[in-house]
Parts: sequence; C-alpha cells; structure tokens
Amino acid sequence: MKDDTAQKPDSNSGVTRRDFMKISGIGVAVPLVLGPKLVEAAGEEVAVHGPGKVAVTLDVNGRKLTAQLEPRVTLLDALRDNFNLTGAKRVCDRGACGACTVLMDGKTVYACAVLAIDAQNTKITTIEGLAQGDALTPVMEAFVEHDAQQCGFCTPGFIVATTHFLASHPSPTMEDIRRGLSGNYCRCGTYNGIRAVALATKGRVS
Amino acid sequence: MSEYQWPDPATRPLLGKPISRVDGPVKVSGRAKYTYDYNPDGLLAGKILRCPYAHARITSLDTSVAERMSGVKAVHVIQGPGIEVFWAGDEIVGVAAVDEPTAEDAIRAIRVQYEVLPHFVSDAEPPKNIALDTGPMSRDNFEDMEDNQVPDEQVIAAIQRNGISFKPDEKYLKAAQESGVDPKVVQALRTAKYAEATTSRSPYKKTAVQTQGEPDKAFASAAAVSEGIYGASCITHCCLETHGMASEWPTDEDMTVHISTQNLSGIAGQVAEPLGIPAGNIQVLEQYIGGGFGSKFSPDRWGMTTAHLSKKAGGKPVKIMLERDAEQEVAGMRPSTFARVKIAADKEGKLVAWESRSWGTGGMGGGGTPPLPYIFEIPNQRKQNIAIATNQGSARAWRAPNHPQAAVISMGAIEDLAARMNLDPVELITRNLELTGTRKKIYRDELPIAAELMEWKKNWHPRGDKSPGPVKRGLGLSLHTWGGRGHNSDCDFTLHPDGSVEIKMATQDLGTGCRTLITIVAADTLGIPMENIKLLIGDSRYPVSGASGGSTTSGGVTSSTRRAAVDARQQLFAKVAPALQAKPEELEAVNGFVRVKSDPGRSLSWKEACSKMGAMPLTVRGKNPDKSKPPDLTNSGVGGVQMADVSVDTETGIVRVNRMVAVQDCGLVVDVKTAESQVLGALIMGISYALYEEKILDPVTGRMLNPNMEFYRLAGIADIGELKVHMMTGKGYDERGVIGLAEPPVVSPGAAISNAVANAIGVRVPFLPLTPDRVLAALEQGGAHASL
Repeated sequence: MKDDTAQKPDSNSGVTRRDFMKISGIGVAVPLVLGPKLVEAAGEEVAVHGPGKVAVTLDVNGRKLTAQLEPRVTLLDALRDNFNLTGAKRVCDRGACGACTVLMDGKTVYACAVLAIDAQNTKITTIEGLAQGDALTPVMEAFVEHDAQQCGFCTPGFIVATTHFLASHPSPTMEDIRRGLSGNYCRCGTYNGIRAVALATKGRVS
Repeated sequence: MSEYQWPDPATRPLLGKPISRVDGPVKVSGRAKYTYDYNPDGLLAGKILRCPYAHARITSLDTSVAERMSGVKAVHVIQGPGIEVFWAGDEIVGVAAVDEPTAEDAIRAIRVQYEVLPHFVSDAEPPKNIALDTGPMSRDNFEDMEDNQVPDEQVIAAIQRNGISFKPDEKYLKAAQESGVDPKVVQALRTAKYAEATTSRSPYKKTAVQTQGEPDKAFASAAAVSEGIYGASCITHCCLETHGMASEWPTDEDMTVHISTQNLSGIAGQVAEPLGIPAGNIQVLEQYIGGGFGSKFSPDRWGMTTAHLSKKAGGKPVKIMLERDAEQEVAGMRPSTFARVKIAADKEGKLVAWESRSWGTGGMGGGGTPPLPYIFEIPNQRKQNIAIATNQGSARAWRAPNHPQAAVISMGAIEDLAARMNLDPVELITRNLELTGTRKKIYRDELPIAAELMEWKKNWHPRGDKSPGPVKRGLGLSLHTWGGRGHNSDCDFTLHPDGSVEIKMATQDLGTGCRTLITIVAADTLGIPMENIKLLIGDSRYPVSGASGGSTTSGGVTSSTRRAAVDARQQLFAKVAPALQAKPEELEAVNGFVRVKSDPGRSLSWKEACSKMGAMPLTVRGKNPDKSKPPDLTNSGVGGVQMADVSVDTETGIVRVNRMVAVQDCGLVVDVKTAESQVLGALIMGISYALYEEKILDPVTGRMLNPNMEFYRLAGIADIGELKVHMMTGKGYDERGVIGLAEPPVVSPGAAISNAVANAIGVRVPFLPLTPDRVLAALEQGGAHASL
C-alpha cells in the first residue's frame, strides 16, 4: 500500500496516471472523460473511472467552495464528504427517494443525480442555507409543531422540497400537496404531519 | 401512595400533554449528525466486495493488485478460499481507501473465483408429502418458539425428541429464565442431548402437528366452516440510513465506534469479543439514527470489518455505510408467512375450531413461526408450520416479529367466516372477545370507538360492493396485541447548585421520542421547565440502558427517570427544608418553586432552592426494574383495533386507501404528540407493506430483483388517505403504567386493508402486497389461489 501523500512514486508500483497528475498538478487541464480508463498498478492494468481529480468550485449557500474532485463525484457526495454539509442525506443514491433534495438556481434537484462538475456556475442552496443562523424558517418550525418527523433522516430533503413547493404553490389544495410532495419518501411514516405543515404554512413562504 | 407512582392527572403539568419533540429543531435544521454523517479529518472510506452468487464456494482470491493501488490503506479478507457462501451479497473482502471512488476502484481490482453451487429461493407452497423435521433444535428455533409462546409442554417435547444443536451455558439458562422462560423448559434445555446441526438436503423444516381439543369433532358439528389461503410476502426494513459503523483505534488497545444502532449499550461487548480486547476499552457513540425497525442490534460483519481495516491502517477512522442495494439484499428482512386455513363457528357465531398449515421463509434459518390463530384462543386447534430455508440474507426482527403475518392470516380467515355467515365482522368479533383473554375489556372499549370514527354502521355493506361502476369500496378491520414491558434501564441524575439538571443514560432515540419522554418525566417530577433539563444519551460510557427492541424503551427509560427524579427531589427537599422551616416531606416542587404544601406562600424559586445544596452537585442513580422502589411503573400487553376503508378499481386492480382509523392503548401516554406520531407512522408503514412492498427474488439467479427504492416501492404522501388516531387514556389505562407503542399499531394495517379489499370486490386477494396483478388474478379466478 502506498501513502497518498507521498511525493515520490513508489518504486514497486510505478507512477500511475493519477499519481502523475497529482504530482504535476495538471489535473485541471485534462479532458473530462467519464468512462472507465485503464491505468497501471503493480504491473497490471486496472479500470478506473475518470481521468483524475480536477478543481471544482461550487457556489453553496452563498459561499464559494473549492475541492479537487474526480468527475464522477456527485454533487451530493461533494457537499457531504468535501464540504461537511451533511444535511442532505444519501439514501437511494439514484434519484428515487428525495432525501438529498437541494435547490439549484432556485429549483429542487436530487443532489445524488447531479455531478459536482455539472453543478458549477449554479447557485446551490442546502438545508443548512435555508435558515439564518440558529433561527428556524416557518416551514422548519411547522415541522416541529406538527411533529412531521420521526427518525429525521428524510426530513432535510422534505423541508427543502416543501419550502420550494410552498413558494410556488402559495395556497395549495390537498391534491396539490399529494402531487407536489410525491418526490420524497419517508420510512417512519410522517406524511400526515407533512400534509399538516403544508396546509398550516401556506402563504408564509416566499 | 408511593412517591414513585405516576402522578395523578391533576398534579402532572407535562405528562400526558401534546409536547413537541425536544430534538425537533436540530433535526429540521439539518444539524443532527447521524453515523452516516460522521466525517472527521483523515476518515477513510470503507467498501465491501460482495458475492454475486446465491450459493457458491470461494475457490481463489487475489487482493494483491488492490493492496498496491495508490490511496488504498487497508484490505481485509472476510471470507477466503474454501468458504461456502449461502446468499448473494454476502461479504467477501473489505477495503479502506482515502476516498470512496478509490475504494470502489480497489474493489473492482480484486479477483475472486467461485464454484457456483445450486441455490433455492422459492417460498411457494411446499409439496404435500415432506418428512417431519427430526433434526436437533437450533438456538434460533428455540427462541422463536418462546417468542411465539408455543405451549411449554410442546417445547419440552420437541427438545426431548429432537435434541438441541447449541450448548446453552448457565449464563444463557439464567438469562432465559429471567426473561420469562418456564423453569421446566430451562431444565429440559439443561438436560437435553446435544446433536450436531444437520444440513439436510431438504429446504423444508416441518414441525410436528400441534393439536389442542378435538378439532375433527368441532368441525363436524360446526354451523359454519370457511376455508381460505392467506399470507404476506417477504419485505425489507429499508431503513433510510443504511446500516453502518465507523471504527478508530486511538491506541492499540482502545477503540472508538460510531454506529447506527438500536442497541448502544450492547455493542461494545459484541465488538470486543472477536477482537480480543476488553469491552471497557471501547466507547460506542450515536446521537441520531435514521431508522432501524428491528434490524440494527449488532455490529454486523461490515462493522467488524471497519475495526480490522482501521487497525491495519494505523488506527485511522474507517467508515462503512452499506450501499442501498446491499442494504436491501442482506441487511434484514421480514419473513414471508402463508397459510391454508380452515375455521369454524357454531350457530351463535362462537369460534370453535381452527386448522392451519403454514409456511414461509426467513433466509437460511427458515422462517418465523406465526402465533396462530392470532388474538383468539380458539378451543379446538390443529396446526403445523413448515419453515423453508432459502439462499438469501437472513431475516431480522421486523417491527412486531411474526404478528403482522399472523394477523393477515387469522383476521382474514375470521372475516371470510363472517362473510360466509352473513354476519358483520364487528359483530362476529364482538361475540368472541371472551377468547382474547385478559385484553377483552380493552377490545370491548376500543371496538365501538373505532366503529364510530369509521362510521362503520353507515358505511359497511355485506361482501361485494353492489354499486354500479368499476370502482368498488369496502371496509375491513383487525385487532392486535403486543407486550411492551419496559426494559432494564439505569440513569444518572444530577442536580447542580445553579438549578440545572443533567441526566445521563446510554440509550438511543430512534425517532420514537425517547429523548422527549425522559425530559418530560424529569421536568414534570421536579416542577420545572423542560429547558432546564440537559439530557445526555448516545454514549456507552453512560449508565446502561436496554436495546430499543420489542417496544421496551418507553417503559424502561421513563421508569428509571421517574425513580431518579423522585430520589433527587427528596434529597433536595432535605437540604431545603431548614430554610423553609418545614420538614422535607411537607415540601413540593411545583411550577418552578419548592414550597410548603400547606402554605404555598412559603417558597423558594427552583434556583434558590438548589443553591441550598452547597458547592457540590448531587447525583442519584435511577433503575428499572427496582423492587425496592415500588410500584412497578411499566406494564405489558396492549390492545388495539384498526379499520380501513378502501377503493378498488376492478379494471386496473389498483387499491387505494381512503381512510384508516386506529384506536390504541399503551397504558399511560407520556407525550400525546409523539405517541400519535408513532401510530400514524405505523398506519403509513402498514399501508406501504399492504399495497406495495415485496422483496422479489429471481429463481434463476437467486438475486433480489428490486434492491433499490424505485422498484422496492414505499408508500408516498399521495398514497395514505385520511388517517385518524385515538389513544386510549384516562381511568383503566393511565394506572397501568407506561407501555411501549412501537410494534402494536403496525400489526393490523395489512389485515384490515386485506379485509377491506375482500369486502369491496367480493373475493379474497390471498397475499400481501395487494398489487394490481394479484387483485386482477383474484377477480378472474375467484380468489383463494396459492399460485398468486
């Protein structure tokens, strides 16, 4: 095993393509190829995805955040693993459950279904960016008041989705709620409370 | 009246009121840190290579390339050459690397060769003539029988006839007896002959026929007999936070573990034993957990793998959280259970006879044994169960183990019998409440309330909605029960001279409201606001509290907290009494003041009172159970009634739930708000498993076909209809003490919905989930086909 912080290539394994790029710092310039690529390790060829790490800059909650990321890294994983914004949850990791819902240029997206490199030059808002400091938003307060959460793992995604839904549906009917909040799943069964939140908070989200 | 007793309604400012959960704000703001969110500097990402075959033997394994890849920090072989693997997705090799992409590359670089062996994954009805299982009883079989309250003499007979394939030591036998196993059964275990477990070639394990009374005679003389087939397919727990654990070794002998678990106090021992280090050297931490439902009690193989990987990586933290497909495939499921049932009543509508042949699978260990007939102790019975061993990840406790399946089977059979007799099922059930034993009074209270909320009399019609049009509407009901006695729980309860209160307990809050209940009880007892209480849980260094399983937490943690709070209050009164020129027993703590009961004007504010303690805080230990501090503050044996109103489109087969009603008892309700949330959540989870959820295995490959969340479908917000919850409170209920609520309300929804569908369309759709294909097939074939 090699220490990734080593500046010199390991004499046993030789210089891999990725090591070379890391050492020489040319990562940014390489084309963004998304398919598997063969690199050499221990005298054998190994399929790896991505040509290596590139500098990715994201505008998250009004802050510019930069990290060296491989092109295959999703927006969700960048937020969670690189920027420690862990409010968005990784649950299905393939765009089915909504637990990773964030706002991208004001619209809800599943952060697990967006690549971090594709999220550059957009404005991302996560659950952590919805509230000012420790104060809760009206939607968050209503989630507490109506006990619209149990384990809480789906809750941040649901709050981002509900906030966006109420901003675009200031006076929703039950049918609007049924359709508008169908993109998120809860396992503990908190939908009754979430419906109450949507009805109680209408007109209070801009 | 004992001072420890739960206070009267007149003197409890917080207990029994609707109170928002105390960890609500931290959760809604996204600040709550779950195990999945643990992300310290230098964290290594762990990944696991899993077996792609449902049954295979590993013939060769080569990790050398992976080990030499840049960024790979440790490789740990979990199962090596020669090992036989019994289900797809089983763990073979673990890898730790600087980040997840690198770990994934390393997994792909590992070469494994397998000899693929035949697999069996079908839980279809077993053939007629299979031999009786005469193999020795495994520990799982034994505990299953006890869990399902199989009569002691039958357990003893099976132990003596078949022998046992495990060696219970005295510690185990003592624990068994303490948990309620009859001493005669314990003695049978002690003297049982040991036999190696046999890996018989047949996947079927058939129990001996259990007979009680004279079923043949009872059937022959019955006024009405109904026969049918019922059941529920395998489902998964589908916790939103997948299983996972992070390990780090601050020194060679000390470990810190972060884990998503329902069993914080029980993890260190399980981790320590295989590693050969003292359990006391392991600190286990968890603040929030994203669902468990019975599947998260152990560190599991992947958790132990993080311990090995971290050690090999020089002690750096290594975290493995299961990918969604692994979670669905190996991290727990609820066994399937199906049954052919014959049931009979006399002309007064009294249930007189029951006969069932049940079967199902829970993975390699076979299946659960459903407690049949459910709820009703029918006098004449004959029953037999066949557990099917299948090549899939093992069953784990799934919220109310075996009860939902038993309810679908039994309540379905009773509803069909009522239809045959042209009786309203509420009437048939009411006539048989004597058969429900000690809970008959509870059901008698609850049934009219549920019927009123559902407007049953107005809306119910005999079987088969005769109204025109393709959409048919119907009503159904079910009853359920569960134990729910509080588990063992210790807490340290500290009063500080500045008036602050600190409680430490190594428990966990699964989202049930555990934190909130403890805080309510403490604040209520001391007469101070909940904000004054600093509650510390989720750290194994705090006093031991039980695992959150079997609805045992609410009763356990509230009882230990109540005893501690009363003792702390007494000690405070002793210190404060001189200042108020009174005796300690003349004082009370109310509304933020410590005051003289007979002269409330003589008082000190809570803060002033605490300042009389001197410089040092005082700590007391609260316990449950604690015979020296009666009364018993928890209890067992709840009852609940649920009713469903559904619409079925007979052209598409789609079932929709219009309304559901749940009437539930859980003794003394500590927090009405979180209690109602539990019941509402159970109804929704029940709608989900009744209509959508199924773990589908491919007979050809032996693999799960829907290990994801787009084809393993959960109920969404559009699917739940209108839900009403009524909690039984007040006289007859409060004085029972606190009883757990997690399992009971999830038992009945499947049965109630299945019955409502039968009432709507006039035929039984035998098996859950009631998917459109099953509904259409039942309509076409007239119901009751095992092939569905």
